[in-house]
Amino acid sequence: MGNAAIAKGALAAGLNVISGYPGTPSSEVLETAAKTDKDIYVEWSANEKAALELAAGASYCGARSMVTMKQVGLNVASDPLMSLAYVGVKGGMIIMVADDPGPISSQTEQDTRTFAAFSKLPCFDPSSVEEAFSMVADAFELSEKYHTPVIFRPTTRVCHGYASIDIPDKEEWFVNKPTGFERDPSRWVIFPRLSYKAHTEIEKRNRMLSQEGCKGNCILKGSRKGIASHGISAAYVHEVLEGLDDKPSFFKVSMPFPFPEKTALEFLSCVDEVLCIEELDPVIEKELTYVCGKYHLDVKIRGKLTDDIHPAGENDPTYVRDAVQGFVSGVCPEREETVTPKLPARPPVLCAGCPHRASFYAVKMAMRNMKAVFCGDIGCYTLGNAQPLDMVDTCLCMGAGVNIAQGIGKIEPDTYCFAFVGDSTFFASAVTGVINGVYNQANMTLVVLDNSTTAMTGHQPHPGTGRTMMGDIVDKIDIEAVLHGVGVETVVTVDPFDLENAVNTVRCVAALEGVKAIIFKSPCAVIIKQGKPCTIDKDKCTECKACIKRIGCPALVISDGKVTVERSLCTGCGLCTQVCPVNAIERGAQV
Amino acid sequence: MTNILICGVGGQGIVLTSKLIAATAMEKGSPVRSAETIGMAQKGGSVTSYLRIGECSAPMFCRGEADIMIAFEPAEAVREFACLRKGGTVVLNTHAVMPVTAALTGGSYDPSVMEDFLDRADCRVISLDAEKLSAQIGSPKVMNMIMLSAAVRSGVLPFSLEDVAEVMKKTVRPQFVEMNMKALYNTVL
Repeated sequence: MGNAAIAKGALAAGLNVISGYPGTPSSEVLETAAKTDKDIYVEWSANEKAALELAAGASYCGARSMVTMKQVGLNVASDPLMSLAYVGVKGGMIIMVADDPGPISSQTEQDTRTFAAFSKLPCFDPSSVEEAFSMVADAFELSEKYHTPVIFRPTTRVCHGYASIDIPDKEEWFVNKPTGFERDPSRWVIFPRLSYKAHTEIEKRNRMLSQEGCKGNCILKGSRKGIASHGISAAYVHEVLEGLDDKPSFFKVSMPFPFPEKTALEFLSCVDEVLCIEELDPVIEKELTYVCGKYHLDVKIRGKLTDDIHPAGENDPTYVRDAVQGFVSGVCPEREETVTPKLPARPPVLCAGCPHRASFYAVKMAMRNMKAVFCGDIGCYTLGNAQPLDMVDTCLCMGAGVNIAQGIGKIEPDTYCFAFVGDSTFFASAVTGVINGVYNQANMTLVVLDNSTTAMTGHQPHPGTGRTMMGDIVDKIDIEAVLHGVGVETVVTVDPFDLENAVNTVRCVAALEGVKAIIFKSPCAVIIKQGKPCTIDKDKCTECKACIKRIGCPALVISDGKVTVERSLCTGCGLCTQVCPVNAIERGAQV
Repeated sequence: MTNILICGVGGQGIVLTSKLIAATAMEKGSPVRSAETIGMAQKGGSVTSYLRIGECSAPMFCRGEADIMIAFEPAEAVREFACLRKGGTVVLNTHAVMPVTAALTGGSYDPSVMEDFLDRADCRVISLDAEKLSAQIGSPKVMNMIMLSAAVRSGVLPFSLEDVAEVMKKTVRPQFVEMNMKALYNTVL
C-alpha cells in the first residue's frame, strides 16, 4: 500500500518521531510506522495542530520527524504551519498531507499544492507507490539542507494503491541521531524582525529551488503537442502514451512548488500546444501560462481553465485516455454506452447494532413535535442524516456543530438546539466550542456520542480510550469530568440502548437553561463481541414494518414479504425490541 | 498482463480476496498493482478492487480492459460491466444482496434481470451460488475462497489452485486453513 511505502520510506531514511490525527486516506502511514519499528516515537495526537507542533519540537532537537493528516486536517494545523515556514527546522521534517480528489471521503476538494504555494513550503507530489517510497528520502534531505519543513502530498490512489516494491532490510536503514535542542532565541522565537528576514530568505530559496527542481520532474520529448501532468494522472498518461505511435511530448511535475521554471521552459520550447491533465486545482496550467507570458512564448496552454478538462472530481484512467487521444487526434473519442437494467442504489448507512442509531432515535423521540435543530459533525454519525432517522440538519467541519448550535440559538431562542459530537471529535476540536458556549451564556444541549474509539477512520485510540500508540495503558481522560471542569453543570451519562431512560433523559436535560450535556455511552458495534441475534415472533408480528420505518437497521430486512432478522448482521443490540409496537421482537439469549 | 476487477458489497471479503490474489501472483514472481475503494463504501456500499498482474504504470485500468470480473453480487456485476473487455470472463455469485435501504424504500431488485443481461452480453459467464456453497462447506466466511476458486478454474488467472493454497496457508490463521482448503478444492461448478 502507498501509505505503507511512505512509512517505510521514512523509516529507511532515519525517522525518529511520527505524529498525526486519523483521516482517510492518510491514516495507514502512522499505523504502519508504529507496527514496523518499535524504536521510534509514535503518537495519535489530539488533533492535527497538536501533531504538527509536536513534530516541530522534535525536529528542533535534530530528530527526523513526520506528521500525517488528510487535507482538511491541514486547515486545523495551518496556524503552526504558516509560522513554522518562517522559523524553520533543524532535523528533517515532512508534513504528509493526503489529498482526496473526488472527494471520496472528505468535505472539500482542496489542493495541498495550492496550500504549499500559500505557505511557501516545498511540496512533493508522488505519482506511484514506488515514487512515494523513494521521494520520502529526498524530502528529508531537502528539508535538512534548507532547514525548512516540506510538504508531501499523495492522493487517494497513491495512498491506497498497491504495488510490489523492494524494501531494504532494517540493517541498511539510515540512522539519524538527534543532537538535542540548542537554545537560540534569535532562531526559535518568532518576532516581526525575524519574520521579515526569514521572508526575504524564503523568497530567495524558492527562486533557487524553482531553477533547481527535483529529480522526479521529467520531460519526455515527442511531437509539438505536449501533455503536462502530475500524481496518479501522470501514471495514467504514461500508459496512454505507450500505446501511441505519434507520441506527444510529456512533462511530469513531481515538485509543483516551487514550480520548476527552468524545466518548464525547456518543455515549452519544444511544443506549440499543451494539455494540462490535473486533479483538483489547475496549478501546473496556471504556472505554464505564467511562464509563457513571462518569456513571450507562443504556446497555447489548455486544461481546466479552458474547459478542456473537468473542473472538479477525480481523473480515472478512461477519462485521461480519452482526453489525451482527443487532444492528439483533434477528435473526441466516442464512448460506447451500454444500456444496463436499473440498478439498486447502495448508500452508506450506520452499521447494524450501531449505538449512534439508538442515540439519534432517542433524541428524535424526545423532541417529537417540538421546535428543534440538530447540528451534526464529522464521523460515522454524519450518517445519522439518512432516512429514516433524518437527524442531521447541519454538518460543516470538525467540531463546528457545537458553535453552529449556539449561533442558531442566538437568533432563534425558541428552538431546542442540539449539537452531536463523537468522542474523538470532542477531544480534537469541540472542547473550545463548549467553553465558548458556557462563557457566552448559550442555550444548547451537547450530545456526546461516546463509542470509545475513532470508528470512521479505522478505530484509532484517542485521549478517552486509555491506550496510546506506543502501547501504553494510561489514564482515560473522562469526558464528563472535562465538561464539569469547563463549567457545564448538568452532564448525564446514559446507555442509548436503554431507550425509555434515554428518551426521558433527553427531555429533562433539553428543558434546562444554559449549556448542558448528555453522554450516550456505548461501544462501537464493530469492536465488541456480538450478542445473539434477535428473533421475530411470527405469530405476534403484524407486518406493520414499524421497526424498519423507525430505526432503519440493516439487519431488519424483508424476505418473502415478511420482516425478518438478517442473522449474519444482527448484533443483538435489542433496539428493535423496544420500538416494536406489539412486542413481536425478542432479544437473543444473552451470551 | 492480466487485468482483474473484483466487485461486490462491503463485508463480502473483497479486499481479502484481492490481497490473496496479489500475494499469490507476487509469490510466482509477477509484479502486481492494485487499487480499491475503502472508506465510506464499507458500510453496505459498493466495493470494487482493481488488480493488475504484469508490467504496468498505474493501479487502475480503463473501461473495457478487464480480462476477468469476479463479481460477488449480480447487480454489482452489471454496475461494473463496462470495465470488462469484449469476450471477457465473469465469475458470478448469483446470490443477491439487497441494498440495506431496500426494506425502507422498496429499492429491492430482481436478480434474474441482471443474470439475463449478462447472459445476453458479449462475455463468458461462470455462475455459481457461492452463498449456498459456503453454507454447505460450513461457514459463510469462506464465500470469497469459493469465488476465487472458480476464478482460478476459469483459466484466466496466471496461477493454479495449488499456488493459492500455498499462500493461503501462510496468511490465514491455522484453525481456518482446513475450512479454506475445503472451499478452494471442493467447489463443484
